[in-house]
Amino acid sequence: MTGDLLTLVGDDLPALQIAVPLLSAAICLLVRRARAAWAVAMVVAWGSFASACVLLSRVLQSGTISYAEGGWRPPWGIELRIDLLNALVLLVVTFICAIVLTASPRSLDQEVWREHHHKFYALYLLCMTGLAGMTITGDAFNIFVFLEVSSLSSYALIAQGTTRRALTSSMQYLVMGTIGGTFILLGIGLIYMVTGTLNIADMAVQLAAVGPNRTVLVALACIGVGTGIKLAIFPLHIWLPNAYTYAPAIVTAFLAATATKVAYYVLVRFVFSVFGAPLAFGELRLDAVLMPLAIAAMFAGSFVAIFQDDIKRMLAYSSVAQIGYMVLGLSLASVSGLTGGLVHLFNHAIMKSGLFLVMAAVLLRVGSTRLEAFAGLGRRMPITMAAFVVAGLSLIGVPLTVGFVSKWYLVMGAIQGGLWPVAVLILLSSLLALIYIWRVVEVAYFRQPPDDAPEVSEAPASLLVPIWVLAGATVFFGIFTSLSVGLASAAARMLLGVEL
Amino acid sequence: MSVETAVGLAVVWPLLGIPLIALFRRWPNVRETATLLTAGSLFAIVAKVILPAVMVGGRPRLDLVEVLPGLNLAFEVEPLGMLFALVASGLWIVTALYSIGYMRGHHEENQTRFYICFALAISGAVGVAFAANVFTLFVFYEAITLSTYPLVTHHGTEAAKKAGRVYLGILMGTSVGLLLFAMVWTYLVAGTTEFRTGGILAGRVEGWQLIVLLALYAFGTGKAALMPFHRWLPAAMVAPTPVSALLHAVAVVKAGVFTVLKVLVYIFGIDLLASTDASRWLTWAAAFTILAASIIALTKDNLKARLAYSTVSQLSYTVLGGALATSAGVLGGGMHIAMHAMGKITLFFCAGAILVGAHKTEISTMDGLGKKMPFTFGAFLLGSLSVIGLPPMGGSWSKWYLMMGALEAEQMVMMLVLMASSLLSIGYLMPVVGRGFFRDPPADFDHDHNDHGSGLHEAPFLCVLPPVLTGIGCVVLFFYAEDIYQLLMGMVTP
Repeated sequence: MTGDLLTLVGDDLPALQIAVPLLSAAICLLVRRARAAWAVAMVVAWGSFASACVLLSRVLQSGTISYAEGGWRPPWGIELRIDLLNALVLLVVTFICAIVLTASPRSLDQEVWREHHHKFYALYLLCMTGLAGMTITGDAFNIFVFLEVSSLSSYALIAQGTTRRALTSSMQYLVMGTIGGTFILLGIGLIYMVTGTLNIADMAVQLAAVGPNRTVLVALACIGVGTGIKLAIFPLHIWLPNAYTYAPAIVTAFLAATATKVAYYVLVRFVFSVFGAPLAFGELRLDAVLMPLAIAAMFAGSFVAIFQDDIKRMLAYSSVAQIGYMVLGLSLASVSGLTGGLVHLFNHAIMKSGLFLVMAAVLLRVGSTRLEAFAGLGRRMPITMAAFVVAGLSLIGVPLTVGFVSKWYLVMGAIQGGLWPVAVLILLSSLLALIYIWRVVEVAYFRQPPDDAPEVSEAPASLLVPIWVLAGATVFFGIFTSLSVGLASAAARMLLGVEL
Repeated sequence: MSVETAVGLAVVWPLLGIPLIALFRRWPNVRETATLLTAGSLFAIVAKVILPAVMVGGRPRLDLVEVLPGLNLAFEVEPLGMLFALVASGLWIVTALYSIGYMRGHHEENQTRFYICFALAISGAVGVAFAANVFTLFVFYEAITLSTYPLVTHHGTEAAKKAGRVYLGILMGTSVGLLLFAMVWTYLVAGTTEFRTGGILAGRVEGWQLIVLLALYAFGTGKAALMPFHRWLPAAMVAPTPVSALLHAVAVVKAGVFTVLKVLVYIFGIDLLASTDASRWLTWAAAFTILAASIIALTKDNLKARLAYSTVSQLSYTVLGGALATSAGVLGGGMHIAMHAMGKITLFFCAGAILVGAHKTEISTMDGLGKKMPFTFGAFLLGSLSVIGLPPMGGSWSKWYLMMGALEAEQMVMMLVLMASSLLSIGYLMPVVGRGFFRDPPADFDHDHNDHGSGLHEAPFLCVLPPVLTGIGCVVLFFYAEDIYQLLMGMVTP
């Protein structure tokens, strides 16, 4: 049965990856009932994940997939192009979408009026459409289009937060995000000026023929700044802590693990596939800009995180630092370094969405994510807090968790590049994570709750299961690394043109 | 059961006891039986199945999973690891007995968590002992740190939390900041982190880089408590005494010096170190720690604090043995792991028994206590003599071989350091025994304890029996040093 279905729609899977969530968003709006809309979204999200798995296995079997939309052949028509790199990113994005959605109903009941749930799910699916579209499209202008689809829906999602600060945060993100989007559009326009094409693969060919000139330099700068804002590279990150803190917990878990990751993908795609490493790093010295910023992010993000009293905000600043690691991997421009950056995309998505779902559980049961609200939770919500500890250890980079794997490749990349001080800085900054995670652990396990604190019970299974799937994944992929590291290193080799 | 399976089983065996401990949390007697059975059967596996195979020169190996290319989670038992596993698992039995007496006698809370974390830590120690490469060792090294953290902070007080921060901060800080760095470096130059007889770095790292790498390993192994990274050990003394006894005199700290010795012998290789003199600075660093910690111990009135600094000092004996880069030094260092473990655990057991029996922690208040607690103080005497290194105690042998090692390396100064350290240890240990036996108790002594007249006033039986047993063990080890020597010979002769 499924086999038949696959052969029926099989060749059109790339298009369906975008079309189905887009259309289902409209269905959610029509359904109007909270749980029914959730059910529709669930089917679509898990279906997308399944389709991403199929696409990945096809890429592994028979190489890059090129799908011509409407039968117009690239580079004239719009192409969907899936290679090892974006198959990996698509897998991560669809999985996080699905697992966070699974955890959403109880948490949303608390944070969003039930009459608005169907709209929420419609926005969620739209955002997912945009992210998947950015990931698999082979057309530069389409990246901008899908970026706007995902951005506009995410502004609305963030604005759903319970406090009025959510509105200003959303507005702040909207302003910054629009500036970012504009820069990206400018960059794409400039490349179009030079090459006369919008197809990414074709751009690369034409650019290589043109060689470096001022227009190309400005294009790279525009795209760097544009994606830098969406990706929240220090110091362009100021929208992120507010947006993550005041958005509904589910939205934070979703966006933290997907939106910045896809922006990172876009940067990697442009730098390595369009401009090419020799041009971007050899002629234009992109690393001289990105590496100091990445290191500054690693320290500034972690350092500020230590002093946060709201743990959700603390995790947001931690994200700024973790994005620093990813960007550092990119700026090393070596197989080990880029593998570290890409594998950290995978790993950080898992651990951070897990941690933010823990925040959702705590918010649901205790009503606050401030540090003092965690007092005694080690006893009162033992299963939830155990997941926090596991994912937290991964953030620190304890061996047999995914965080260790990322750090291993980044340190290796730094040493191989002769950058000994950078290797030391990577390790030192991970100790800052120990401090901010352990503050929470100490309070949760060793501080008694105040006497007038209301009784708190363990989080519901609908949250616990997704939380532990993610926490378990941080350990599983810390031991069995062939999927994450295998794909990331193969993608890094492909991007750098290094033979296996 | 094949030896290879037994190796894997020994590592997970303590974990298998955990469900039982948790299940029977409402019935303390059954719960403690579960711990005792787990400990006893673990020792049986280690001593009866694995030891014979290693004694005849075998190196049972178990590969689990390749985590990253060239980075395996794997176990391989060689003589030094064999010895460490024997010590850790054997003393776990005695400590389990002692814990029953102590934890109940001292009315401690959260005993189930205590026994569970204890089992986790032992699993970590066996994992460290059997690790086939630096990566596997690192994994279990961190597991020990994390599982002992709740034991250090057991009382949950502000002081305990503060000590926990120092503990975790130094141990994690050094291991992630330095040891991990050293591991990546080793991996990059050698393509592997496997422990091999003769080392893997010869011809790959040279000159000053060798010295830097060695420093990363030596200081990165925070558990070896080489100064200035020793502060965590005195801080850890806020833990209940059984923890101080087994973990902070045996499993945790020995995992540290074991790591250093193993890296010196199987990663660097003593030939490389001897020919390049790269470890000469480390002999000085170890010598400094030996003397400085001994002097600090002299100033401590709190018995556990004094023992902690004595441990810091004694740990560097093993580091010194390895750094001398001679076969006698390595043998002496390896042997010292077992000898000091037996002696120091005795001393800590006694300190706990004194706390439970007489509620005393300061040495200056222990006048005349030996007359009330003759068994405890007798055991303390035996343990002290072994730590000082006098015959007929096991500790005399390891010191003997370390002296030989210094002689072989033509480092006469180190012989003087060892002698001075013996004198200092007489200075900080003997007064405890002397006060106990030869001073008159203060006038209000009996009054304090509602004790009627003279007579014995020992701690509960299960607090006194273990130190007596390990005290006798110190004597027994004197006569079995030959066997340990034979076992360890496999380290230096392939």
